[in-house]
Parts: sequence; structure tokens; C-alpha cells
Amino acid sequence: MSVSLYPAPPHSSQPPVSTAYSAPPPPSYTQAPPPVSSAPTQPPPPSGPAASQQYYGSPPPPSQQPFNSSLPPTSQQQFTSSSVPPPPSQQTLPPSSYSGPAPPPGQAPAPPVSQPQQSFPPSQPPPTSQPAFTPGPPPTAPGSFTPQAPPPSSQSGSFPPPGPPPTSLFFFQCSAVLLLSSGAFGQVRGPQPGYAAPKRLDPDAIPSPIQVIEDDKAKSTEPFTTGVRGQAPPLVTTNFQVKDQGNASPRFVRCTAYNMPCTADMAKQSQVPLAAVVKPLAMLPPDETPPYLVDHGEGGPIRCNRCKAYMCPYMQFIEGGRRFQCGFCSCVTEVPPHYFQHLDHTGKRVDCYDRPELSLGSYEFLATVDYCKNNKLPQPPAFIFLIDVSYNAVKSGMVNIVCQELKTLLDYLPRENPEMDSAVRVGFVTYNKVLHFYNVKSSLAQPQMLVVSDVSDMFVPLLDGFLVNVNESRLVIESLLDQIPEMFADTRETETVFGPVIQAGLEALKAADCAGKLFVFHTSLPIAEAPGKLKNREDKKLIGTDKEKSLFQPQVGFYNTLAKECVAQGCCVDLFLFPNQYVDVATLGVVPVSTGGSVYKYTYFQAQLDQERFLNDLRRDVQKLVGFDAVMRVRTSTGIRATDFFGSFFMSNTTDVELAGLDCDKAITVEFKHDDKLSEETGALMQCAVLYTSCSGQRRLRIHNMAVNCCSQLADLYRNCETDTIINFFSKYAFRGVLNNPTKAVRDTLVNQCAQILACYRKNCASPSSAGQLILPECMKLLPVYLNCVLKSDVLLPGADVSLDDRAYLRQLISCMDVTETHVFFYPRLLPLMKLESGSLPVAVRDSEERLSKGGVYLLETGLHLFLWVGASVQQELLLNIFGTPSFGQIDSSMTSLPVLDNPFSQRLREIIDSFRAQRSRYMKLMVVKQEDRAELIFRHFLVEDKSASGGASYVDFLCHMHKEIRQLLS
Amino acid sequence: MATFPEYIAQNEERDGVRFSWNVWPSSRLEATRMVVPVAALFTPLRERTDLPPIQYEPVLCSRATCRAVLNPLCQVDYRAKLWACNFCYQRNQFPPSYAGISEVNQPAELLPQFSTIEYVVQRGPQMPLVFLYVVDTCMEDEDLQALKESLQMSLSLLPPTALVGLITFGRMVQVHELGCEGISKSYVFRGTKDLNAKQLQEMLGLTKPAAAQGRGPQAAPQPLSNRFLQPVQKIDMNLTDLLGELQRDPWPVTQGKRPLRSLGVAMSIAVGLLECTFPNTGARIMTFIGGPATQGPGMVVGDELKTPIRSWHDIEKDNAKFMKKATKHYESLAIRASTNGHIIDIYACALDQTGLLEMKCCSNHTGGYMVMADSFNTSLFKQTFQRVFTKDVQGSFKMAFAATLEVKTSREIKVSGAIGPCVSLSAKGPCVSENEIGTGGTCQWKICGLDPATTLALYFEVVNQHNAPIPQGGRGAIQFVTQYQHSSGQRRIRVTTTARNWADAQTQIQSIAASFDQEAAAILMARLAVYRAETEEGPDVLRWLDRQLIRLFMFHLRRSPFLQVFNNSPDESSYYRHQFNRQDLTQALIMIQPVLYAYSFNGPPEPVLLDSSSILPDRILLMDTFFQILIYHGETVAQWRKAGYQDMAEYENFRHLLQAPVDDAQELLHTRFPMPRYIDTEHGGSQARFLLSKVNPSQTHNNMYAWGQESGAPILTDDVSLQVFMDHLKKLAVSSAA
Repeated sequence: MSVSLYPAPPHSSQPPVSTAYSAPPPPSYTQAPPPVSSAPTQPPPPSGPAASQQYYGSPPPPSQQPFNSSLPPTSQQQFTSSSVPPPPSQQTLPPSSYSGPAPPPGQAPAPPVSQPQQSFPPSQPPPTSQPAFTPGPPPTAPGSFTPQAPPPSSQSGSFPPPGPPPTSLFFFQCSAVLLLSSGAFGQVRGPQPGYAAPKRLDPDAIPSPIQVIEDDKAKSTEPFTTGVRGQAPPLVTTNFQVKDQGNASPRFVRCTAYNMPCTADMAKQSQVPLAAVVKPLAMLPPDETPPYLVDHGEGGPIRCNRCKAYMCPYMQFIEGGRRFQCGFCSCVTEVPPHYFQHLDHTGKRVDCYDRPELSLGSYEFLATVDYCKNNKLPQPPAFIFLIDVSYNAVKSGMVNIVCQELKTLLDYLPRENPEMDSAVRVGFVTYNKVLHFYNVKSSLAQPQMLVVSDVSDMFVPLLDGFLVNVNESRLVIESLLDQIPEMFADTRETETVFGPVIQAGLEALKAADCAGKLFVFHTSLPIAEAPGKLKNREDKKLIGTDKEKSLFQPQVGFYNTLAKECVAQGCCVDLFLFPNQYVDVATLGVVPVSTGGSVYKYTYFQAQLDQERFLNDLRRDVQKLVGFDAVMRVRTSTGIRATDFFGSFFMSNTTDVELAGLDCDKAITVEFKHDDKLSEETGALMQCAVLYTSCSGQRRLRIHNMAVNCCSQLADLYRNCETDTIINFFSKYAFRGVLNNPTKAVRDTLVNQCAQILACYRKNCASPSSAGQLILPECMKLLPVYLNCVLKSDVLLPGADVSLDDRAYLRQLISCMDVTETHVFFYPRLLPLMKLESGSLPVAVRDSEERLSKGGVYLLETGLHLFLWVGASVQQELLLNIFGTPSFGQIDSSMTSLPVLDNPFSQRLREIIDSFRAQRSRYMKLMVVKQEDRAELIFRHFLVEDKSASGGASYVDFLCHMHKEIRQLLS
Repeated sequence: MATFPEYIAQNEERDGVRFSWNVWPSSRLEATRMVVPVAALFTPLRERTDLPPIQYEPVLCSRATCRAVLNPLCQVDYRAKLWACNFCYQRNQFPPSYAGISEVNQPAELLPQFSTIEYVVQRGPQMPLVFLYVVDTCMEDEDLQALKESLQMSLSLLPPTALVGLITFGRMVQVHELGCEGISKSYVFRGTKDLNAKQLQEMLGLTKPAAAQGRGPQAAPQPLSNRFLQPVQKIDMNLTDLLGELQRDPWPVTQGKRPLRSLGVAMSIAVGLLECTFPNTGARIMTFIGGPATQGPGMVVGDELKTPIRSWHDIEKDNAKFMKKATKHYESLAIRASTNGHIIDIYACALDQTGLLEMKCCSNHTGGYMVMADSFNTSLFKQTFQRVFTKDVQGSFKMAFAATLEVKTSREIKVSGAIGPCVSLSAKGPCVSENEIGTGGTCQWKICGLDPATTLALYFEVVNQHNAPIPQGGRGAIQFVTQYQHSSGQRRIRVTTTARNWADAQTQIQSIAASFDQEAAAILMARLAVYRAETEEGPDVLRWLDRQLIRLFMFHLRRSPFLQVFNNSPDESSYYRHQFNRQDLTQALIMIQPVLYAYSFNGPPEPVLLDSSSILPDRILLMDTFFQILIYHGETVAQWRKAGYQDMAEYENFRHLLQAPVDDAQELLHTRFPMPRYIDTEHGGSQARFLLSKVNPSQTHNNMYAWGQESGAPILTDDVSLQVFMDHLKKLAVSSAA
């Protein structure tokens, strides 16, 4: 448990306290400057509290991604104040925890202990909590920090096997305590803008995401095996290998809590969301085996008779193997003769380890014809490219780029067997106010264009020759792609349609009786007379009002209906937008979002600058593994139920998640609710089954099984959850909430729930302590900082320069992100680049301007953006190494890639950038930001621990506010 | 004075006019007693190689309601340079250009031999000829291939400046943009949705873009229409390729279904396209169809094969559910097309019906051709289609476009109406009768498509009252003014002025009777009968006809497919009637009473009675029904032929005998449009039924006395023979009840 103390804002009455506090000089592990001490001296006390409320007054900046690193149960405390030594009790711990102290700033007090394996085993003293005491501040705090006895037993489960005997551990599981002087709080009450006090709190004293991340990295050296139930995996920021031993890999499924409360009451009391983020088709690193394909023959996969759960390791074979009992519903089902196998002395089937479905967490079944639409085996899917050829599209160079690229890209259509040609067929359409279909039948000497101008009632003008095999029609296709840019080079048509474009693709797939994907390249608001015609409704005046929500809703119902039809056909839509003005992403995105597609947006697209980003996105999008016409069903053991789903999909009933397309980057967040009691013995099981058509046209079922523990003690719950996943859930929950609620209400709800979670912990799990202390569960100590990032995101708190389209775009984008992506999105990765070593990355620093050194160069990454920040007084040598220029003034900030220089530094830096790009599903364009340049404003937006320009609170301020909320709940 | 037959022939030769009566009864009362009205068969563009067009414009009567053209019947005052209109008696000044006229220096239009004269209008732009091909793609590959070849061939027959366009259809309708380089473009329309002209214009991008207005006016209209209609010389390669690449409609047709064929929409689009690009300009929409319309507006049958296309039986039982709607659709198209002077031709080649019944008005109203054949891969279609592009000695097509026919009459007579491939222009005038016969109520008709054979029946009414006698020697005059677009692009006016004597029926009944033109009257009445058959219920027409007049000739008319629908599909009836309504007298006569020639060793070929008694074993018969040319080998001849005598040198005469009818048939085949069906059959052959159904069944299985005799072959029918018919007639004629 970590305890951090905040310096109390100097209240006249308080002073003593702070001094008292500072008095106990903790061992100074950190050499960092004494922030704490300075704090007191700092500015006026009263303003402090006010500031805390500021967050609420004004919205935070957009997307920011915290790094979080969650350590196992142990507590970590971060004491920012270097000058002030931590309390004695902690000194013991520090050492272990500090294995890799981060750069100067906040990390000094490292948390540490948490690595159960090495450090703790022997030592009885609960290593867990290391109260980091912020220097100076409230005197009371220290006392409270004494580590409390943690419930050791519970941890055993949560730790990986190697861990120390749980019992021996005596720690105060995951709690961070922050002390705020009561005085400060008194003031907090009155919202006062001119708050200055928070500055007194040393940022280093509050929980540091970087520290958590680094600790987790240090801890996770062994491969993560999934065999043990209820064991939390390493953080998403940690590189680790997974061994499937019966539960799905965290790359497929991550849960908010690995110890679920047994009862609904407990769940309600704690307010911890019970959810799982599932990424059914996630790509695995090369050293992990992709799910095996199991064929149960003509009868199809073996399933429970009652709940229809698929055969999995949780099925208990009984009666010598003649029957099996379902782990989900306990129903007993006969084993079909062809599947019969004897049991060994432990009751396991003899062939247990020969069959993936009996021993692994993730695998695939080959589906039979019963699992197909109309009881007919599916056709291979088709890709249809629909290219806007209106004036803007041609002029921006988009049309030319797309056509050029497609010529080569078509050779890389997804295929299962790399040796074989892809089974995917392709078709082409261009459009402005009317649609042009192309006949590219291989027997033609020249492609034929078929114009459909009756857009009010769309249809496909041709059948034969529209969808073709690339290899067979290669010459015709190439000729077509050569001619498209020429044909429309002189176009004066500025109006476009959009609804009919999707209808066209849909109709084409219907006609060909197959599923598939549409790639729509679109530039402008569809104002031409046609179904789905839109008008410009961007109205900044609505922002902040109750009507704001309407801006996120589609302006016409047409696209919802269309989306439904698309889903029924298995027609997935990927939308590439190249807008120069408002295009109403909220409406245009409806179909892509409902069909499991993606929206890409390149505002003010300029061929030269944005081509690379666009092409990389396109290449990836075309090549990536994708399944079609998918249905996902989550089954759970009796006691809980999947009640809500977040992501890009469509639901026509309450249980089946329908995905016209499902690619390897799409994640679905599933929320669970109790409908009965769970038992600690059996734990909670879930099985996520995705029925889909592979890119070769094979019908398959992908099964992911996950078992978590159940607990009757709240403390166990708090000991074993994952903040990153919780944030993923919260963000999706909130971003969906803005559709129906004022954004302010959504923000308040988030803060409330978060406060309740923490208050519940404080009330039920933490040892009694003064109300002035903020005590955070170890696993959730980053919850406030991350939550603040969500609250400050552009969606929930837009700055003046954030367009409605951007907000709608982000809203939709986040809805299908997995935990890794939301993490870096909300808390961006900021790497100092002063020293680069091959083989390892420099340790990140916290997202705050204070952490930037004028003499340094930093790389910031959010998953969508990539910045290279160059300090004003950076060393010449660095400049030469990176840019090949000796002077700061000569850096060309419009460059989108670094010059290729022959020095190790440059090479390594470019390597790093490349590796970052490779990790993300979307290509990040590099932006070079010079300190004090105008572009720095954009960059600062991502320094999420700072106060944002749009009024978002700084981390420190928010923490104070959170504390206030918790106190209110407790009192 | 020559005999009446000579007079009639001469008039027909010169003016293309044949009147039912060549002396007219002088009062209304008398005229109605004549039963057969005063009427004329008029062939506006009758070929006159001796008639050079005059390179100036006609002189018109200055009275606004008259506007008759100066003609040989006008009285001219050469000194005063005045002429009196012979219709309204208005005195008119000659125009200045006629200053030099005198008795010895008369302009052609005053010479009696120029009662028919043709003027060339010098004003106005040279009109292009427009040919729009509308091609069905739902057919067997063989058929389509044959059709493609025919179409490609036709391109070579078009004048280089003619504009051509191409619309293809199947399940969808494609309007092809011509002359584009590289990618060929076409606009595609759903076959189930009708579009009005404005929508179509927008969808084809034919509206003048608003932006273009600022940039010079000259560029606007021409290039727009050119996208779909281009001069042959510019795009014949392109179009030939396009036709070459034309594929059978690719949409799958499941078993038990007809292909979806969007004929109605295709024609609608064709009409709409020309409507907005070339209004009031001569244009041909040539529609090639391989089956019935099965979807969208104009569908005549569903796509389920198990439901057959409507028959007469269904129609009588009011069981043809698509018929009314479809007819309405095509009628509206016919009206639109004819309003703009556009012709719709229909070439229907299929074994089953294609919906000609519903579509007939498209051809009938616009003067278009209707051709029916079994397949595009038959010489019937190929030759017929090729013959459409026949040229005259000047090298111009024998087709004319966008014509209007105006009839002007003397005061004593008015025009009641017309029957033929025309539509009314609703032009009221002093010479319009209140009694309508056929398309009446007007003195002007539009005939969008004309060829030298196109013949209209015009019906007149004598309005002179009994108590207002016409002075002795008075003549009634009728002037036909035909304005048309010549295939050279010129606008021309052909004026025919005719006059006939009046006679008092009470005193001069013999001369009136002598002037009766039996053939013309028969055809005129037949047209009337057919017209009524088309517009009224069938049996009533027969009864009406029987009541109206009784002549030998009517025996065959009653049995002809123009009035009898038995054994004919609705499509066939429509087709026969269409041809009957446009062909000239000679051809029409053949249609009603087929011609039968006999070839034998007994003498030279001779015409024989259309009677079963003419069918003898040692004869070869050649029958011409206009629609069919049939060669029938009698029993013995057929046996000889089978035995191969014709190949033996010593029986060369037999070979010649066999060859003679074939040569004659070829001659007929080559001159006729549309090409007849050629049938070569023999005694007992299945195709012999065509002959047997036509001949007068003088011997049937009922009058057994004929059996075993040498004379002819008995016909198995319950129809009455001519003998019985005549006996019955005689009885009727003398009975007081009639």
C-alpha cells in the first residue's frame, strides 16, 4: 500500500501539522529535490481547495493516455518530496521496489515491494504498503500509515504461482493513503477559481503511473500462465509471454476484477464494475501459438444440452466419461459415442491434453452447415472499394493515391494460407452525385463503367464482372485504376451522396450472396439529393447545454436502418474520411460502427504530408485478419450474466452481439451483473463464443474461456482488479452516455462512481484512519489519475478548437479499443530521448510539463499521435544526431519523418518510432514540436497530468477533489 | 374518256389515291344510302421517280382557316396576278416571285400533270437522322449473336452523319455513352421503375449545368446529346466493339422462371432520351425484343413460367391481369413519341408471344414497323431488317420522318377521320366532319414514320344538303398536304390535289354505280372493320359488317386473321392488323384473299381459285398470303420429288417444274416488306395447314360426295364454304327482313 501525503495547503491553523509531518524525516531514497518542503513555502493556502473544484468547472483536454502499471497487491507509494524522507516504516521496503528508479521526477519513492516473488517471501513484514509520505504535510498521516494487516490468504490466488506463500505476507493490500490537511478541505468546499494551493502538493508524492508500469515490468519476467483461476495478468504495458493453460490469454480477454464479489449486494456496495474486455481475433506475438482448429465432425461442436455452452475445460466428465456436467449450468449431457474417452484416476479424460477444447482457454471449432445462414456454406467474402471522385477528392490527391496503392495492395488481401491466392474477390465503385460501377471481368479488354444515377432507389447494375478474382482480372483492374484518376481529373462535381454508396455495396454483396467489407473513401458532407442526405448542423453553441447530446446522435434515422440491413448481410463498412469541413462523423459513422467497421479520418488531407499515414492505415486495414458475418455470445456460470456490451457491433436482441465484420483490432467490452449468488468454490466462468466466416469462407467458432475467483470479502475484490480495464470500461460507458445525457452529468456520474469505489474501500477494507487521509487500494491507486484523463478527454470536455467531428470520431474510435489502446490513449507514453540504448527503451516520464527539460528531446505517443518535442536549449549534438542540423532554429517542424542519418542515435530513434508504429493499429504521423512554437499547444494537450487549456483539472487538483468526494461519502 | 378501271389506275399511279366512289353523290342523304362512304386510300409518299422536287416553297391561300396550296384546279387571273382558292374561293395575290407568270409561263404547280407535287423547304436547319437501338439481351447466345451481326451490318448502311445511340436491357436498362475512350461507359437504370423525362434528363446529366450558363452560349446543347447519340462516322468502330462485347444478360434465371426483361422501362427511357435531346426531329427507336416484358411498368407476364402469357381466352374472361396496365404504359409512350415525331419500331423475335398486343400502339401510332419472327437467327428477320435500310435511286432511304398530313376539302364534303399509322393533331377546321370514323375530329394527322407503301384510309362525309343542288359539272376537291422530313434531312411538302364529279343519285345512279371501286371499297371497309375490331368486342364487328355490306369478298375477310382471332394469339392478331393498316391496296387485298397459283405439266402457271378444289395431286401450288409464301407439292408431285426424278437428266422438265414456283416465290420474297415466312411443303405435310386453312372449304368431310374423286382435297373443317355462304346471302338479300 502506498501512502502519499500531501502537503497541506497552508492554512493558518494548519501550519503546525505540516511541520510536524515534515519532521519525521524519512530516509531519503530519492535524491530528487525536496518538493515537499518547498510546498509549504509556496503560495497562498486558501486558493488550494478552490482549485480542486476547478476541474469541474472546466473540461479537461482530450485524449490522454496514462501509463499504468499495476503491481500486484503490494502497495506502492510515491513520495514526491524528495527532501522529505519517508517515514521509517517504509524504509525497509524501498530497496526492493526501486529496482529501476525512473528519472528524477516523481518516482523517487518507488513502490516496490510488490514483487511477491523475490522480495517478499521470507519477510514477514508486509512489504506491501509503503507509505510514501509526502514531505511536510499533515502530521496525522504518518500515523495512519502503518501497514495494516492485509488478508494474506486472498492474495495467494491472485499471485502467480511462484509467489511467496500468501499467508506470510502481511500487507496492507493495495492501499495508498493520501493525507490532506483538513484545512485544505474546508476550503475546497467553496468553489473558488483562483485556486493555487495544489501547487503545493508535490506531484511526486502522488501515485505515479510510470512507477506502477515500471514495477510491473520488473516483476514480470516469467511467462504468464493462465492455468490458475483468478490470477491477474501483467499490465498491458508490460511485455510478457503467455502460456495458455486453460483460460484465455489476456490478449484475448482482460477483466476488471479477477475476484468477483459473490453477491449482488457486495458488487453494488463496491461499485467496482464487473466487466471483461474481449478481443476475439487478437493477433498473438509470433512466439505464441494461435488458437487450434478443432473439428468435431458432422455433428458439429459438442455442447451442453441446456445452455449450449461449447465443450471446454470446465466441463466435468462423469460416469466414466459417458456424460459430462456443464460448468456453466450444471446440466448433464451425454457424450456422443464418437467423442467418448475414458477417464484417468483423477477424473480427467485420458485425451485431455490431446484436445485443445479440453485443455486450453482459446481454440476454434469448425462449424457445420447448421451454423450457416440459410443452412448453406458461405461463399468467400468480397472487398468492395468505393471511391469518392468529387472535386475535393480529386484535388486533394486522394483518388490518385488510392488508385495507385490499390494496384499493389490487391496482392495482399487476407488469406489463411500464405501459399495460396486469397479467396477474397474485389469490386470497384466510384461516385460523386451518382455512382459508377465497373465491370472488370477478365475477358474484357477494357473495364466498363456503369453509371447509376437513380440514387433514390439503389441497385447493383451488374452481377457478372463486378466482383472478380484479382489474379484473373489483373490487367483489367490495373487499367481501371490507371484510368480512374484521369477520367475524373477535370471533374467539377462537388456534391456527393453517401447513403446510396453503402447501399450499393450492400446490394452487390446481396447479389453475390456473400459477406464482405466495403472500403469507402469519402470527402464531404453528403448534401446531394438522395437517401441519407445530411445538412450541416454543427452548432458550437449547443456545447455544454442539454442539447449537446443530440450532436452525437445521427441526424437521420436512415443510417440505423441501413446498418441493420448491412449486418443482416454480413456487410462490414470501413470508412476513410478526408474532410475539409464538417462532415457529420456522428451520422456517417453509424454504419461503420454498427457493422464492426472502422472510421479513419484525415482532416485537411494533403497528399504530401498525410499520404504515408493514410497508406499505412489502408494497407493494414486491407491486410488484417478479419472475420465476417459474426455473432458473439457470452455465456456465464449461473449467478452472473452478461448484461451490456460496448463496441462496434449491432444487437437485435439482448444476448447476441452481431458483427458484420470483426477484425483483429476490435475489442468488445462486456459488462456482467449478478442475477444470483456465486460461490467461492466454483468461481465465475465465462465463455465467449464467436461464430464467424473466415476470409477463406470457412465458417468457424472461436471460443475463449475465462474463469475468475469469487470472493465474499470486499478486500479480496480490491486486491485483485485491474485499473486499466476499469478505465477501459468507464470510458466506453461514459462515451456511450453522452449520447443520451448531458456531458456534465456523465462526468459527474463517473466521478461519483469512482468516489464510491474508493470510499467503499476506505470504509470496509482500510484500517481506520483520519478522515484527512486519502487511502487508495493498491490496485486502484492510479484510478484517479486515469479517470481524470478520461474526464478531460475531448469527448467529455472539449476545448474551443475541438470540432464536433473530432469528438464524434474519438467517441466511436474508443468504443472498440482494447485495454492497451485505451491505456496509451488516455495516458500517453512520454519518452525522454537524451540517452538511447539499444535493446531497451528509456524509462518514460510522467505526462507533465514539469517533467520536460528544456535541454531534452521527448517522444510522446498516444496510439493516434506521435510527437517529437524538442527543448529550446537542446544540445547541439542531439540536434545533429537527430536532425542533422546544429541549430534549433533550423529544425523544420513540418517534417513527418526524421531524416535518415548514419549515426547510432538516429538509427535507434527511428527504430523506436518504427516499433511504436508497429504496435498500434493505426499509423501515427510524426509531428515535430519545437518548444515555444505554436504547435506546442497541441502537444501540451497530451500532457495529461497538467491542467488543460479547456479547463481540465491537473492530476493534483483532481486528486484533492476526489478526496473531497470520498470524504463526503464517508461522512 | 377512258374506262373507270383505267381512270382509277391512272389516278393511283399519279396521286396514290383510290376512292371508293369516283363519282360522288351530291347530297348527304344520298351518300348515306350508298352504305359505303366516300373514302380514299391515300399513299402519301407513293414512289414517283418522275417527280423532281421543286426547290421552292408552296404558295398558300391567304385565308387563315384555309391555307390551301396553289394547285392546278385554281382559277388564275394572269393579268391581275391573282388566283382564286378552289376550296374557299378566296382571291389571292401571287407573291412577288411569281411576277413573271402568264398563260405560257406557268409554274409547275399549275400544270394539270402536277396534281401531285413535292416542294423542298429551304428554311430551317438540316435535321440529322437519329437511330436509337434498343436491344434486349435476354436471349439465347445464338440469337443474340445473330442480332449483333444484324445490328453491326446496319451501321454500315446508315449515312455517315446519322446519329446513333444504343440502349440495352435485360434485368437492368443500360444507356450507353458512345465515343468514350478507354473505359466504356453506360448509365444503368432499374428495370422496375418508370422515370419521367425530367428525372431521366437529370440522371443522364442532360440538364444544362447551371455553371455553364456563364461560359458562352454556343457550347451548350450539342455536346450534351452527343454523349449518347453520336454520328456514325465518328463512333462506328466504337459501337461495333460495343455490340461485339454485348453479353447475354448476366443475371441468373432460375429454373421455371422467365428472365427478367425490363422492356417497358427500356422503351420509356428511349422515348425520354429522344424527347429531351431531339424533340420534333425525325428519329427511329428500333426495339429488338426476344421475349415478353416480365417486370416493371409494361410487363405483360410474370416471371413464373408456369403462368403462360395471356391468350384470347384469358382476355375474354378478363383474366389477363397485366394487359390493361401494360397497354396504358405503352400507349402513353406512343403518345409521347408521336408528339415528338419519333418512330418506334418493334422487332419481336420469339417463339412465344412477346406482348405485341400491348405494344401495338407504339408502332401503330408512330408509323413504326412491327416485325414478328421466331428468332433473330432467321432470314425472315435478317432480310426484313436489312430491307428497312433500302435506298432509292437517289441513294436516300425509303423512309420519311415526322410527317404531318393535312386534308383540305371543298365545302360540300368534310373529312371524318383516318385509319392508319397516324395520330390526330387535333386540328379543328372548316373541313372537319362531326361524324368521326377512325381517328377523327381533326384535319391534320401526324405520321411519324412513313415509307412509300404507307397507306392511310381517309373517310369523308358529304355534307351538302339535298335541297342545295350542286351546279352541273361541279367538282368536289380534296387536297392532301404532307409535310415530312426527308431522309436527306430536308423538310419537304408533298401536295396532292384531286377532284371528283358530283352526281345526283336519283338521276345518275348508273354513273355513280359505275364509278364504284370494288377493291378500294373492300379495303376501306376492311380497315374500318379492323379498326372496330380493335376497339370493340369481336363478334359485334362481324355482325356489323354483315349488316353493312354483303359482297363476295367479305367471305374471305370474315375468315381472315384480321377479324378472326381463333387460332391466332393476341400478338399475332395485333401483328396482322398492324400490317393490314399500313399496307397499300394491292398488298391489303392479298392479305384478305390470298393469291393461289398452280404449276403443272398441263400448261403455264395460272392463278386458280382459292378453293380446296384447286388442290390436285399433280399440281404445285404457290400461295401468297402476304405473311407467308407457301409452295405446296401435290401428292403425286411430292412422290416424284421423293423418288428423285428431278435429278435425272431425262426428267429435266420435272426439275424445271419444281424450280418455277421457287423462282417466283423468291421474286415475291425480295420485294416484300416485311419479309414473308417462306414455307415449302407437300401433300400431308404439317405445314400444309397454312394452305388448308385459307382455301374455301368447298369439299369437307361433311359433303362426302367428294370423296375419292379426282377434284381437290377435302378440308376437315366445320366452316361454311363459299357456296353455303353465298346461298345464305342470297336468301338474306331477297328476304324482306334485311
